[in-house]
Amino acid sequence: MSRVLAWIDRRFPLSRLIRESMTEYYAPKNFNFWYFFGSLALLVFAMQVITGIFLLAHYQPSASKAFDSIQTIMYDVKWGWLIRYLHTTGASFFFIVIYLHMLRGYLYGSYRKPRELLWIVGFVIYVCLMAEAYFGYVLPFGNMSYWGGEVITSIVGAIPYAGSWLASLARGGFGIGTATLNRFMAFHAVLVPALLGLLVVAHVLALHETGSNNPDGIEIREHLGPDGKPLDGIPFHPYYTVKDIMGVGVFLIALSLVVFYAPTVHGLFIETYNYIPANPLQTPPDVTPAWYLAPYYAMLRAIPDKKLGILVLFLAIAAPFFLPWLDRNPRAKSIRYRPVYLAMVVVLVACLLVLGWIGMQPASPALLPPARIGLALYFLFFASLPFVSRIEPTRPVPDRLRM
Amino acid sequence: MRRLLLVAALALAGFPPPAAAEAAPRLEAPHYDFDRATIRKGAELFAQRCFACHSVAHIRYQRLETDLGMPLGTLEDDIMLPSDARIHQGMVSAMRPQDAAKWFGVAPPDLTLEARYRGIDWIYTYLKSFYRDPKRPTGFNNHVFKNVAMPDVLEPLQGILAADGRVIKKGSVSPQQFDRDAADITAWLQYTSDPSKLEREALGPWVIGFLAVFTLLAYALKRVVWRRVHRGASQAGS
Repeated sequence: MSRVLAWIDRRFPLSRLIRESMTEYYAPKNFNFWYFFGSLALLVFAMQVITGIFLLAHYQPSASKAFDSIQTIMYDVKWGWLIRYLHTTGASFFFIVIYLHMLRGYLYGSYRKPRELLWIVGFVIYVCLMAEAYFGYVLPFGNMSYWGGEVITSIVGAIPYAGSWLASLARGGFGIGTATLNRFMAFHAVLVPALLGLLVVAHVLALHETGSNNPDGIEIREHLGPDGKPLDGIPFHPYYTVKDIMGVGVFLIALSLVVFYAPTVHGLFIETYNYIPANPLQTPPDVTPAWYLAPYYAMLRAIPDKKLGILVLFLAIAAPFFLPWLDRNPRAKSIRYRPVYLAMVVVLVACLLVLGWIGMQPASPALLPPARIGLALYFLFFASLPFVSRIEPTRPVPDRLRM
Repeated sequence: MRRLLLVAALALAGFPPPAAAEAAPRLEAPHYDFDRATIRKGAELFAQRCFACHSVAHIRYQRLETDLGMPLGTLEDDIMLPSDARIHQGMVSAMRPQDAAKWFGVAPPDLTLEARYRGIDWIYTYLKSFYRDPKRPTGFNNHVFKNVAMPDVLEPLQGILAADGRVIKKGSVSPQQFDRDAADITAWLQYTSDPSKLEREALGPWVIGFLAVFTLLAYALKRVVWRRVHRGASQAGS
């Protein structure tokens, strides 16, 4: 065994990789609940790729066959329902996991120096994930797929001058049809997953370069023992591998509860209107997006002017990109020592939840004021952070980690 | 222009314009056990009353035997009504869509996914909501689906009701039995909309039970491995 390993190591840095990223990668010892979601995101990504390959083996990307091919998977393919429900549930769980993972970054200031690039790569992963979800949403070619496809490509059409040309480029024609499905499948099954894979590698590389942040927001590498290892660090393997495996168990139980007992979650994970085939002559009563994009949709609808609304939408998506430079507290990163910042994050999360709910409701004038308040508070978070973070009261930050 | 075309097409197709969703009647939830016996009864009622016009094309006849445990004889005599039906084929109605469109104004839709799209409460209430309306070509109208093209195929069972619910003609079964029949058909359509429900709900406890044991073992392993870290922390603290 050791001779095989030596043979490999002379030709490929296997042992070194394992050492540097597992057995001698020192992670802070006080990771809590919020630290499960990175490894879980990787798990869901793998699950989506595997189930996606099986779906791809039966899916037919053409306007006349796509919808029926999905039904063939559901009715005739052995275990097809399991594969498809895993994929649809996995999509929603991916966003649940990623949102909790991002929220962890907000809570403990994980985007702060020296982890700016780590945050930005993660942010780009999130944007790619939204694209991935959108392309996948159109593929089954139910009526929600069709109209969702129509609405989002019409956003491209709002770009000045080149808009209508870009929109027909995105659609592969004047309307959503076979050409659209073909290119969306190329994006959904090849381009975006490949990008995601590369970005995930970059994300992990950046993480291992800077080391993990922790709930205290203290750098463990500033307190090294005589052996040169961080005093408050423990090797990722075995400590966090066994802990993450436990997280995987809990996660899979939650996933299974949905897959086996409530795969559509009352139209939340799989929309009711997607159970009639795409029909250009029949608009669903309310074209609303999947829950994970609903907050942005509520923001879009809160602005009466289409172009201005789209601009606000892009600003809202882009805002977290700048977080590392907006937060300027010189003494602390984590909410543990920043009560005012904690309150701001709580308000931000509440805004997004309310906006998400509004985004899934039929358009109604009664919901405009709360949507606009939510939108204003959302931007206020980012706009006020540079000032608040400099003057906010900060509790004394300890030198060493608290368990 | 496109909008105009759209409205015209909708009107031709017999769709009510989306805005015309007037005060819909309250939908009633059916009461039934989602089990094989109920679904089988619903399948027989469906074959007798609905299958002449409506397909459930994604359901192959075979499934009624393998999934629902229907005896092959019953399946062949009572369900496989189109004369050329084969056991491995989907349940496609004998009526050709182009004929149906000529006779009813609109081809009766395939009902495989109807319960997904409309919901089971809608189907149940719809089946019970036909009433006499001499102004309609079929002589019937429906409270849930205004001006529906479908005739009241359950009329021999339910009898004939007036718009206000008054009984004009008694049916062949009691109102309670009719409710059960409508519920059975609804159960059948719930089954056709997602046949995996029977399989996955039977499988669920085993999968989740396995994962629960796995998680407990993982937790125990984590406790053992982490004991060193916690001991180290308490020493450093003292």
